[in-house]
Amino acid sequence: MSTPVLKVTQFTVEFWVDGVWYPAAINMNFEVKAGQTLAIVGESGSGKSTVAMGVMSLLASNARTSGSIEVKGVEVLGAPAQLLQKYRGNEVAYIFQEPMTALNPVYTIGFQIIETLRNHFDMGPKEARLRAIELITLVEIPDPEKSIDKYPHQLSGGQRQRAMIAQALACDPALLIADEPTTALDVTVQAEILDLMRGLRTKLNSAILLITHDMGVVADMADEILVMQSGRMVEHGSADQIFNTPQDPYTQELLGSVPKLGSTPMRVIAPAAVEPTPVLKLDSVTIEYPKRGRIPAFVAVKDFSLEIFPGEIVGLVGESGSGKTTVGRAAIGLLPIKEGKLEVVGRDISGASQKELRQIRRNTGIVFQDPASSLNPRLPIGESIGEPLLLANIAKGKELDQMVEELLAKVELPRSYRNRYPHELSGGQRQRVGIARALALTPDILIADEPTSALDVSVQARFLDLLQELQEQLKFACLFISHDLAVVDILSHRIAVMQDGLLVETGTRDEILKSPKHPYTQRLLSAVPVPNPAEQKIRREARLASK
Amino acid sequence: MNFFKRTPKVVPRVADSDIFNKETEGLSQSQIVRGRFIRHRGAMISVFVLLSIIIFVFSALGFKILGLGYGGWWKYNSIDMTPLRSEGCPGGLGGCPTLDLLPGKNFGLGDHPFGQDDIGRDYFALVMRGAQRSLLVMFVIGIVAGLIGTVIGAVSGYFRGWVDAVLMRFNDFIITIPTIIIGSVIGFHFGNKGVLFLAVFLGLFTWSGLARLVRGEFLTLREREFVDAARVAGASNRRIIFKHILPNAVGVIIVSITLIMSGAILLESALSYLGFGVVSPDVSLGLLISQYQDSFTTRPWLFWYPGLFIIVISLCVNFIGDGLRDAFDPRQRRRLSRKERSKNHDLTTVAKAGEIN
Repeated sequence: MSTPVLKVTQFTVEFWVDGVWYPAAINMNFEVKAGQTLAIVGESGSGKSTVAMGVMSLLASNARTSGSIEVKGVEVLGAPAQLLQKYRGNEVAYIFQEPMTALNPVYTIGFQIIETLRNHFDMGPKEARLRAIELITLVEIPDPEKSIDKYPHQLSGGQRQRAMIAQALACDPALLIADEPTTALDVTVQAEILDLMRGLRTKLNSAILLITHDMGVVADMADEILVMQSGRMVEHGSADQIFNTPQDPYTQELLGSVPKLGSTPMRVIAPAAVEPTPVLKLDSVTIEYPKRGRIPAFVAVKDFSLEIFPGEIVGLVGESGSGKTTVGRAAIGLLPIKEGKLEVVGRDISGASQKELRQIRRNTGIVFQDPASSLNPRLPIGESIGEPLLLANIAKGKELDQMVEELLAKVELPRSYRNRYPHELSGGQRQRVGIARALALTPDILIADEPTSALDVSVQARFLDLLQELQEQLKFACLFISHDLAVVDILSHRIAVMQDGLLVETGTRDEILKSPKHPYTQRLLSAVPVPNPAEQKIRREARLASK
Repeated sequence: MNFFKRTPKVVPRVADSDIFNKETEGLSQSQIVRGRFIRHRGAMISVFVLLSIIIFVFSALGFKILGLGYGGWWKYNSIDMTPLRSEGCPGGLGGCPTLDLLPGKNFGLGDHPFGQDDIGRDYFALVMRGAQRSLLVMFVIGIVAGLIGTVIGAVSGYFRGWVDAVLMRFNDFIITIPTIIIGSVIGFHFGNKGVLFLAVFLGLFTWSGLARLVRGEFLTLREREFVDAARVAGASNRRIIFKHILPNAVGVIIVSITLIMSGAILLESALSYLGFGVVSPDVSLGLLISQYQDSFTTRPWLFWYPGLFIIVISLCVNFIGDGLRDAFDPRQRRRLSRKERSKNHDLTTVAKAGEIN
């Protein structure tokens, strides 16, 4: 066996917070060999990024480390800055989560790759450019000769991530650290990037340290898996071992809460009342962002028709930019529609005045994507929840407090949380507050705009349970917008698929997931990584074969 | 509402003992800001010094508001003339300060601690009077400019479109007029109407920077989802602006108002120095300096004391503004001292600090 590229022994990171050292990673022991992928998985806050930053010696100034990190047999922990600079890039390269912020927007990608090359090697500008084109070809960005002179904003998200990888590969690093490399990307793009990384690993024989919370990605990439919880290593083993025979209860729980496509039985809708009138009816709706200055008008949604009946959950899936959020916002009158007809509970919203809109909104509720931004940080959550009730003149004073407490109890939060501020709550709790607010007026239709995309899997699982329970009690209709097919699979009765502002396919859940008709739906489905290494391998090969 | 019957099952969350909540558990945002401000040593000293100056200045000479007044503990006022005292003065000049902080037979305040001016008025009384005026100008400009700037910035940032265009072009227009010239014109025409009038007018021309900052803040805050949530809840524009967005912008507003105030005291001094601010027989610190600029070489105390007050007051206000800005900025982190770095760690308090960097 060769010597490991990265060897971490007894590595501990602590952070100084208000007079106490808080450990963020405790006694980490692992090694990565050439041509091998080690995945560190864990929920947010488990310390997985801290470990990666520690390996790069890029921790914040209030951190303290102990133990040992050896890269190719050389100790790097506490090494002088000069040595570190040489080893970053040359031996270890880092791929960041968000390519848009990690690439400098004022330089072309070629410039940034060439800069890395010339920093590390004695290279002339022409030589470096040729090498940069070679690298860009390697990461399969189309038309490398031209793409080298493009700025980050001229590339798509996936291409940007490719450019980042090209930059990371510039010096043939022995170790590649990828910190959530695909979290910001759509599933189809994610599948391509993962293919690329797998190909590069075999081509360049570098070791990869993959950090992610997505078990599907892990199943796709990892040879070995390290599970972290609260800064500690919980379990460490080969991918098969972890996925098939997890030992630690935390690992079992983590794997159990990952939503799997097609694993839940079909939910039956209660037989509809006589002559069901749709709660939400979109009739060939077109939504346009008006032109601003020289920027021409942008049609976000075109000729979109969908009906949602009482008590029904309709999942709306699509990749980013497909216009699904736009539909959700238009449905509660936050965006004007240009053509077509939009009816909420039998009332036409398209030409409604502000006053009428306010009436209509009493029958609707919305849960937003980002729990950090959707609650006013300066208001106690009780006030946030009570606001719709107060403004609709339903309750005041003591009575209002009572109703707010009941709503809190409904979403399984302690009543005493009424006086808390949003920043004192965890992400999942905040999202519950979001639901409580949306349900305050007992709406007929709830719009849920990616409510779980900012949550960890175990929190997401509990949140989805809660949403289902509430839906069964209250029988509201729900438009559930998500990019995650597995989540939609758990919840929805019917699914609608969107692409580039157009409705591609609608049907019951089984129709869409088991026998998709439209090629886009098929592509979307095959790109979803399954949290099972063996199955994922079969799916991957099938997908590549069909290309 | 029969569906409210379920009993809540409260699951203790690991994240509740989260490292981030350690300091903030059970605290409102304003309490956190207050705590951080109190820890800022420079700002706290400045608050103390400024308050002492205000109390000292207003109690020394007395004041009169709406008929209610207080006489003050100092024996002279700023108008009466007293015979020039010349014993013990260097070079036979009259009216030198009697304040002596060195131990000796002259130790103490003496008859005229800050000396006398050339016609025999007590200079301590004059400086106190001047400081009163200057402080008044400072606060009035702060309030007037703060109100106008906040409202104009909030309205143009919230409504955007043509409202924004019109208000911001008006703002550009105000910015292009040099304040010192506007002040001169106002002082020249209306200087005799009193210091309050001058302060209000100056406030009408110093809000432009604040308006831009508030507008910028509103432009970003209005895109946040809680604004949409409030709109869905049925909130009116006014409610959204004042109840939802403004409290989130209060940090920017407070900080820039304190900076306007420290600028205001300098502006008033500059105008009075040029002869367009406060006019005789009323005095302000700037006016005192301007009146006695010729005597700098012969009777420098006429220069020292008002200058000292200007410097101390504007320094204090600047420091307070600095402390407030730090307190409102959540990203502020202290550097670690060596002692703290080597402190023993405690592995039993396992924290989740993964994303702290």
